[in-house]
Amino acid sequence: MSRVAWSSSFSPIAGLDIESEMRLNSGLAGAFDLSHGDADTRQPLARVHSLPTLAEAAVRLRGVGKAFGTRQVLSDFELEIERGSFVAMVGRSGCGKSTLLRLIAGLERPSQGSVETLGADLAGRKVGAAGTRIMFQDARLLPWKSVLQNVMLGLPRRDPVSGDSARDRALAVLAEVGLADRAADWPAQLSGGQRQRVALARALVHRPQVLLLDEPLGALDALTRIEMHELIERLWREHGFTALLVTHDVHEAVALGDRIVLIDGGRIALDQPVALERPRVRGAAAFAALEAYVLDRVLHTLPGVAHEPWAADTQEAEIALERVRWAL
Amino acid sequence: MSKSQRQRTQVSGKTDVGHGLLPQLLPWLLPLLILLAWELGARTGKLSSHILPEPLAVVKAAWQLIQSGEMWADVKVSAWRAVTGLLVGGSLGLVLGLATGLFKRVDAVLDSTIQMLRNIPVLATIPLVILWFGIDESAKLFLVALGVFFPIYINTYHGIRSVDRGLIEMARSYGLSGWPLYRHVILPGALPSMLVGLRFGLGLMWVTLIVAETISAQAGIGYMTMNAREFLQTDIVLVGILLYALLGKLADLLAKWLERVLLRWHPAYQTGAAS
Repeated sequence: MSRVAWSSSFSPIAGLDIESEMRLNSGLAGAFDLSHGDADTRQPLARVHSLPTLAEAAVRLRGVGKAFGTRQVLSDFELEIERGSFVAMVGRSGCGKSTLLRLIAGLERPSQGSVETLGADLAGRKVGAAGTRIMFQDARLLPWKSVLQNVMLGLPRRDPVSGDSARDRALAVLAEVGLADRAADWPAQLSGGQRQRVALARALVHRPQVLLLDEPLGALDALTRIEMHELIERLWREHGFTALLVTHDVHEAVALGDRIVLIDGGRIALDQPVALERPRVRGAAAFAALEAYVLDRVLHTLPGVAHEPWAADTQEAEIALERVRWAL
Repeated sequence: MSKSQRQRTQVSGKTDVGHGLLPQLLPWLLPLLILLAWELGARTGKLSSHILPEPLAVVKAAWQLIQSGEMWADVKVSAWRAVTGLLVGGSLGLVLGLATGLFKRVDAVLDSTIQMLRNIPVLATIPLVILWFGIDESAKLFLVALGVFFPIYINTYHGIRSVDRGLIEMARSYGLSGWPLYRHVILPGALPSMLVGLRFGLGLMWVTLIVAETISAQAGIGYMTMNAREFLQTDIVLVGILLYALLGKLADLLAKWLERVLLRWHPAYQTGAAS
């Protein structure tokens, strides 16, 4: 460790500049021109189902484009998410789904277009001030703080509404995710699944209206993942927030989502409502058929081609079931 | 000890030193043998007392120095120089390291200059320092402070620069900015590296102090040993060397203890084992 500290200190570490990073999020937003073209000239690629009215939209993206240098990750992206719904976004790695989530979280600024959450434009707002919280693939717990202190991060000392102390609120949420007895432990003493549950508690303690999940279960084993699905679904039902899950696991998307959005090449390639009963039965034929259909679309997406969503009448279900067998 | 018992001790390794005396005594065996051979060599006259006095003579000399109060007076002077130099050089290194680590503009102005200067060995500046300050206290303090400054500066700077970006991003998305962001995320993240800097600094503190005291001093452990050299009192010279070793070890233990207290959260310290 010490040797590294000596040698690598010769050259400045590229990319990390805390001062300018913090400046970016306080004042830079005004520098962008966020006005966009006539709404009629932009056609959403996929048909939007049960188009929500303006008041209902928790997240609204209009003509959003994002480029990193010369690489265009998203272009002319349109998306509306209904309040209280659970939307799963799937796609191959590098399709732009994580960038999309980071745009909605306010961690990135769009190159074109506007991002609105809860009816307010994100530009000009401070990151973290909105009722939006994000959960990352790695739990990103502060290793030098106990589990409880991690959950209390950024909480006001007293809740302005209920008057409860930050500590009591954090303990209550930790109990909800089943980790009340680990409150005093260090994050390093927890398993991967437990760390993600702490991260979930840390997000929920702020009572977010929109919860963004950036492949939070990607690094967990299959069994823990199923447990986490149940936990996330239960908390989503109880708290009534809008959930936006980014995943590469189609099974996970079908198990959790009301609606599955397939992103390919920075565009929506499929917008599929999920009409299955909750709690979802993983072994059920309809579940498997839908999973196979979406997986098939993921595997065979052609750039720029939008697919009609699948309607579950009997004939098509049979075809889809054949596809399952073929896929297995 | 039966075979199975021995195997168990081997398997359990360092964490299980409480069982049996033999594993505990083993590391002391070689030093004891060397000491014994040294004592024998000195007694039979094979080892001249001008080269190495017998261990017992060293102990006696140390006892006399303690009783006369000379040792305490010299240790006090040396320790005062070491601590003052550490405080001056260390706090300067810390403040400048924080400034260049946190602020791009300060970094652009200062860092490359400091990186250039740090390639000059501290001890090479001694002739210049003597010309500037003469041979009084300020010269020694300057040398010690200079020796301590660089490791603390470099490791503070590096520690801040290498704080996990993901954690900073997470904290910002939870509404932290300004001082709370520094206090909860950046400074604790830089702390392990800063403590490494402190340990390096403590080592260099003693080295520069020894050299400075050996060149010119009217008091202190260095003065004591140089004085004894004039009169061929090898036993007192040895006492001085052992004192430096002891003080150096003490400083290192202190730094290790500080690490264990401040880095309780670190997986490396959770079993109480120091890395």
